[in-house]
Amino acid sequence: QHTASLVTKVFIQRDYSEGTVCRFQTKFPTELNNKIERALLEQTVKTLNLYYMEAEKVGGQSYLEGCLACATAYIVFFCMETRYEKVLKKISGYIQEQNEKIYAPRGLLLTDPIERGMRVLEISIFEDQGSSGSSPSSGMSSCSTAR
Amino acid sequence: MSAVMITRKVRKWEKLPGKNTFCCDGRVMMARQKGIFYLTLFLIIGTCSLFFAFECPYLAVHLSPAIPVFAVVLFLFVMAMLLRTSFSDPGVLPRALPEEANFIEMEIEAANGNVPSGQRPPPRIRNVQINNQIVKLKYCYTCKIFRPPRASHCSICDNCVDRFDHHCPWVGNCVGKRNYRYFYLFTLTLSLLTIYIFAFDIVHVVMRSVDQGFLNTLKETPGTVLEVLVCFFTLWSMVGLTGFHTYLISLNQTTNEDIKGSWSGKNRGQNPYSHKNIIKNCCEVLCGPTYPSVLDRRGLMQEDSPTLVTSEGPCSFDNPVAQTTKTTAPLIPNEHTPEDVKPSIAASAEKSPSPKEDHSPAPKLPPLASPETDVETSIVKNH
Repeated sequence: QHTASLVTKVFIQRDYSEGTVCRFQTKFPTELNNKIERALLEQTVKTLNLYYMEAEKVGGQSYLEGCLACATAYIVFFCMETRYEKVLKKISGYIQEQNEKIYAPRGLLLTDPIERGMRVLEISIFEDQGSSGSSPSSGMSSCSTAR
Repeated sequence: MSAVMITRKVRKWEKLPGKNTFCCDGRVMMARQKGIFYLTLFLIIGTCSLFFAFECPYLAVHLSPAIPVFAVVLFLFVMAMLLRTSFSDPGVLPRALPEEANFIEMEIEAANGNVPSGQRPPPRIRNVQINNQIVKLKYCYTCKIFRPPRASHCSICDNCVDRFDHHCPWVGNCVGKRNYRYFYLFTLTLSLLTIYIFAFDIVHVVMRSVDQGFLNTLKETPGTVLEVLVCFFTLWSMVGLTGFHTYLISLNQTTNEDIKGSWSGKNRGQNPYSHKNIIKNCCEVLCGPTYPSVLDRRGLMQEDSPTLVTSEGPCSFDNPVAQTTKTTAPLIPNEHTPEDVKPSIAASAEKSPSPKEDHSPAPKLPPLASPETDVETSIVKNH
């Protein structure tokens, strides 16, 4: 069993072209050129965007939830999980599954955006220790590989 | 001479930057200055208590028992909304971790190209097109992020807040995306409560004066005068505030945008976030999804490494925590932290004879805590 060390991190930014709704850009970062196929990453990001859209949908169910909660002075939120929280759990499961199936075998790791304030989708790039030539890119001195 | 290895469970709220105060082990989050919030509480609870004490017995008997019952319901609703507004996370955006901040800096530098020396670099702004309107995203130097649209940095709480409306000292917290609807309902129901108490005070005084005369009435229920005074002044401000926020909601605008005039003047009618339909705007703001907090205040910090505590003299340790990738907060020094401590893995970097020679490779150590200051400790085995 070999260990991998962190080389660098890539951050996929939010796409605000549709407003303040949570969406991530599908633009492919150049740092990942040789690491993963474009289509796979695009598929992951698109699926995540669909999940967030489902969570933030302003429609029949959110009205019902809102009105019911208001009628109980929002006390019901202490007992009940909101729809958004349910979708976040689904997202967390999806990311874990993607990591296991697709990203870890390629030396990558997705971080759930909720852990970064929903600002970025963080992708960590790892290299097998012992492989030569991979050094942290300049400016990334704060990610140290070994302590 | 004994060494005890204890693990201090540190929750994330303890290490959050910003000027918020937390209570109930991270469940409650407020601004630092809470004086005016206590005044708000005092005024509401005080006035309602006077109402229940002086007016309600008379009105329940002479008019209807439904009157105090409805007053109680309204009062409880007002308190629930106030506490929800004050205690919840308004939508604080966590600061960028070092890697993210560096990544953004690199992007900015790449975009700026070569700036001739002596010249100031261009302002850090990103342009985004939303609904055919160009929106400028500003860079926050404190949080090291480009603020999302509608977010703003609150200087009182020292946080960037999503959909920042304003900082309200009366509720002791910022009003933002997550607690705006509670704030609005608070102003609305407080207006109703104020009108209700004011109206029934007048009714009560009139009814009693018919029986006993005006002066006797005031003598018997002195609280009435106080209530009427408080309600009179509160009424105008609360009704005005509720009306103002109703107007903002119908346009899907924040107080911050209104004050800055982002969508007024020649930009009027071009608010990219508005659905151009009052009902839709109201529904989105009041019945939209309830956004979860992204702060994770009660999560446990990743660095669960042991803290060394000795029972005598100043402690020393050979490997204090270096900045990990999980936290941006610096080490919290206390009187036990040696001045010249350097991060090092080797156990041989001990500074002074210490009683911990008998345990194996030095672990990373979080801020040293002394037994009296530790809240949650548990004894763990050495690894």
